[in-house]
Amino acid sequence: MDGTADFFRWLAEAHRIDVSIAYDPLDRKRFLIGLWTTIWLSGVCIGSSILVGLIGAWLHGARSAAARGAVQVFVQFFRNTPPLVQLAFFYFAVSAALPPVTDRFGASVPLIDNVGWAIVSFSLFAGAFNVEIFRSGIEAVPRATVEAAESLGYTRLAAYRHVVLPLAFRVCLPALGNNLVNLVKTTTLAYAIGVPELLYAASQVWSEVFNVREMMVVLLLTYVALVAVLVHGLRRWERAMRIPGYSA
Amino acid sequence: MNPGHVLGAPIVVLNRVEKRFGDNPVLRDVSFSVARGECVCVIGPSGSGKSTLLRAINALVPISAGSIAVDGIEVNDPKLDKLALRRRVGIVFQQYNLFPHKTALDNVMMAPIHVLKENPAEVEARARALIAKVRLTGKEAAYPGELSGGQQQRVAIARALAMNPKVMLFDEVTAALDPETKKEVLVTVRELAAEGMTCLLVTHEMGFAREVADHVYFTEDGVIVEHGPPAEFFGSPKQARTRAFLDQVL
Amino acid sequence: MSALAVLLPRQPAAVGSEWGAARMPSALRSRKTIAALAILGAVWTAAAWAAAPVDRPSVLALAVKWAPLIFGGFLFNLLVSVAAMALGTAAGVLLGLAQISLLRPVQAASWAVTQFFRNAPWLVLLFFAMFLLPFEWRIGGVTVPFPAWLKAMLGLALPVLANVSEIVRGGVLSIPLGQWESAESLAFSRRQILWRIILPQAVKRMIPPWMNLYAILTMATTLISVVGIQDAMTLTRGALVAEARTDLYLPLYFMLLLMFFAYCYPIARYTQVLERRFAVRG
Repeated sequence: MDGTADFFRWLAEAHRIDVSIAYDPLDRKRFLIGLWTTIWLSGVCIGSSILVGLIGAWLHGARSAAARGAVQVFVQFFRNTPPLVQLAFFYFAVSAALPPVTDRFGASVPLIDNVGWAIVSFSLFAGAFNVEIFRSGIEAVPRATVEAAESLGYTRLAAYRHVVLPLAFRVCLPALGNNLVNLVKTTTLAYAIGVPELLYAASQVWSEVFNVREMMVVLLLTYVALVAVLVHGLRRWERAMRIPGYSA
Repeated sequence: MNPGHVLGAPIVVLNRVEKRFGDNPVLRDVSFSVARGECVCVIGPSGSGKSTLLRAINALVPISAGSIAVDGIEVNDPKLDKLALRRRVGIVFQQYNLFPHKTALDNVMMAPIHVLKENPAEVEARARALIAKVRLTGKEAAYPGELSGGQQQRVAIARALAMNPKVMLFDEVTAALDPETKKEVLVTVRELAAEGMTCLLVTHEMGFAREVADHVYFTEDGVIVEHGPPAEFFGSPKQARTRAFLDQVL
Repeated sequence: MSALAVLLPRQPAAVGSEWGAARMPSALRSRKTIAALAILGAVWTAAAWAAAPVDRPSVLALAVKWAPLIFGGFLFNLLVSVAAMALGTAAGVLLGLAQISLLRPVQAASWAVTQFFRNAPWLVLLFFAMFLLPFEWRIGGVTVPFPAWLKAMLGLALPVLANVSEIVRGGVLSIPLGQWESAESLAFSRRQILWRIILPQAVKRMIPPWMNLYAILTMATTLISVVGIQDAMTLTRGALVAEARTDLYLPLYFMLLLMFFAYCYPIARYTQVLERRFAVRG
């Protein structure tokens, strides 16, 4: 570790290539906290956006025309407006409309903080895409397969659980993976409301050390690596889920 | 004729069944019954409502008027216990409709475990026996996508049998198969009939109907035109429409 | 932001699947969506208006007052989107054709560039362009200034070009191999095959994802407010700061959302229509 740090210190002094996070403990800590925040934020948003998608797809299958209409409005609105404006809408506008609460030091703070709003906003945004993905996956399961399950005595719910969802999930997986990759990239928008994620941490470093060029390269490589890891994981998952002789 | 066993009391009874899709009548005043242990074949041109008939018996489509009773269960009853009905009636489809994400063995085991809540170990033993019965030993771990059409159709038969049904419905089960694999499936069905399973087949296999059926029905445009024992039906059809149809297919 | 789903959830052709509820005809559905949104907006505005104190200007009056300015900013966003799209498409087509080049190194390099810019977040690429491009360029003896808005356009064009490159590659690969073979057997050259036979067929399939990309880009133009360029987003913030009225926050941001929705939703609908039409004709 020391050897690596020395190398980067030398690189900075001799060649003016200043990757400060490689040798400066404070910068490195900031960067790692940013990286962790991005990973953590992505993970939480992935989970809750899938939940939003499942609930939406389920409501869309409901008998009530009002429920279907509401899901449709939600999906189209969140898909066709800028996520950055959505984030601002929640963080500035909705937050201002909610009553503030008193924290344990007696100060008045907003009910939901910037990290909270980032999670809400990104989950709804990605969730709107997930609704459509899950819905088309369920619609891709042939009616005849469902009929076969019913003829064997399965109830609607049991047929869903044992036949429709396992098949629909496989059909969805590529589109879902794609959307989740986009979600990870979308988390950079949290920078705009001061969430200390990767982009924010990097900007803190470069505004003090003036190594924009180096940090920009580090930043790009880190994101590409994060996305590559996620894509790789999804690919392996897809392969593990593949059914011999069946093409979804 | 199938003289190997004695026919019992009626188990499937249709009385003046009507079915319309919108204004379009598919079944008109259809009445007949199938006795316990009997093998009945329904033949007729495509689009004459034969598949709808089988689906109605299994409550997959509701009927517009009339009544259907299976083993004393009134199918057209709004308070119908679908599970009770479907335990008694097995159906095999033209397109097999196996569950593509499960192996052949799992396809056979799924419903008894999930629906009847039976002990998995016992179900597995029974499922393996059924797979052997349809001559697919060695294919237990294969997925439907890895099997030929005829093999898939035999898995579908085993899957329906795993529920221990009292009646088996076959909906043009060989229509999607090539002549080679057709034979494998027909052999399996013939064995079932010989064992005394009550079978109701919608089929285009005239040779099979003549050889295996106890009784043959000919339907056209949603009505039963003529019926009788196969020797009589094929030997000396009374109706002009029956003769025209038989001339075309034989 | 989201290179959002250039490979958006393509709705698998619903083959014989009426599983779930019967679906309304799409035209009807879209009209209902718009109607529902309009009603929502109207109710909201009315509620805000009714709640406004008497001695101060109503929220509605303030929204009307600021709307022209914000709409002007929105038009600037559209201008940026058109410019970045033109730039990105021109470069992306070249990169995409390089991806199907027979020369291994060209193919590998263009693939790597495409993947890199496709997988990097749009906002990071925008920062990249803003900070690392010089503020002026010397061409010969002339100094050409490089204003921030131009850099921002270039920054947005980067992810566009990568996605266009992928669309072009995908479109060409989607044409069956038989087309290449039959053309080759008629002694066409590779270039002739590409330009006269493959691309004319492939372009049809590229148009829906390309339009989809354009809608995503339009929404992404708001990112330029983060790097300090005045757009609709910045102007909305400015208006809110100037009025210092918390009850104005919701209506003004909602108005901004509606502007984008009114522009992007029709594009999305039309994209779907085209997708369906091309899907049927193969």
